[in-house]
Amino acid sequence: MNNYIYILIMAVVTYAIRVLPLTLIKGQIKNRFLQSFLYYVPYVTLAVMTFPAIVNATQSTVSGIAALVIGIVVAWFGFDLFKTAVSCCLIVLILEMFLC
Amino acid sequence: MDTYSIHNENNMETFRNGMKDGIPIALGYLAVSFSLGIAAKNVGLTPFQGFLVSILCNASAGEYAGFTSIGAMAAYLEIALATLVANVRYMLMSCAMSQRLDSKMPFFHRFIMAFHVTDELFGIAIARPGYLNPYYSYGAALIASPAWGIGTMLGVIAGNMLPVRLVSAFSVALYGMFLAVIIPPARKSRIVAGLIIISFVLSYLAATVPVVRELSEGTRTIILTVVIASVAAIIFPVPNFDNKEVAEDE
Repeated sequence: MNNYIYILIMAVVTYAIRVLPLTLIKGQIKNRFLQSFLYYVPYVTLAVMTFPAIVNATQSTVSGIAALVIGIVVAWFGFDLFKTAVSCCLIVLILEMFLC
Repeated sequence: MDTYSIHNENNMETFRNGMKDGIPIALGYLAVSFSLGIAAKNVGLTPFQGFLVSILCNASAGEYAGFTSIGAMAAYLEIALATLVANVRYMLMSCAMSQRLDSKMPFFHRFIMAFHVTDELFGIAIARPGYLNPYYSYGAALIASPAWGIGTMLGVIAGNMLPVRLVSAFSVALYGMFLAVIIPPARKSRIVAGLIIISFVLSYLAATVPVVRELSEGTRTIILTVVIASVAAIIFPVPNFDNKEVAEDE
């Protein structure tokens, strides 16, 4: 397995996903199942990737759980992507001063 | 005369506006892609390879899914599928964007615009009224995109040098970003909120239950996503899909 082949596959697939709808679709998508499936996919896939991975990403499970909770709370109150990410980092940094 | 000509003074003005709006995005990208770089380092990519992935893919979750597959030494088909599933939301964004393009716009612009359909660049482009002006997107991408690649590269390099404590803190930035994408819509829709909780629970079970947990993380993500989103699409079909709804996902 070669890393450059992996990278090439990632680049081609990622570009294809973006360029095909932009170049092929001229009217509205009509199929209701497809519409709904495409609508739900981002939320499901990001949720699956976030948990339990976030809990295992840090040195201590407690700080991982805290990052998850803080991230949800901060995002819930409408703070943007950057601020949410920074809040998660800060809580881990602060907690691990005591935990690790 | 030529609305989409590069020599049109309005387009140059729009291009500069795009660059200006690209600056805060670039700053956010630097920080977030740094944690992506740490993930790249953890699966054995070099700084150049990390840079290459980010400059070519312009994706967060998709790159992360790819790195996970690389770490598992996945088959080529598996990394293609993992990348596809993690990036499906870009397909949704491109679908929405296609509805906002002028049929008089020269077709080649679509091929360049497609390259930078990211959460943020899509968000600022679609927030502007009327047909999308490709020069605005080019200006924003010109500033933001290199920051994504450089941040990833720095993450691979400095991931080695930073204290463990800082690496541990940075490594959750990516998940924080994912939460920032999924939580605001959950606040507006109980169905989305319920789906996220179900996804958390099933993902935890899939990582814990014997036999299933032997599957790679990428494969588990693909299976769970397709199953949960399909069931949701059948039980709760989305009433109507339009640009506005997708724009609100940002």
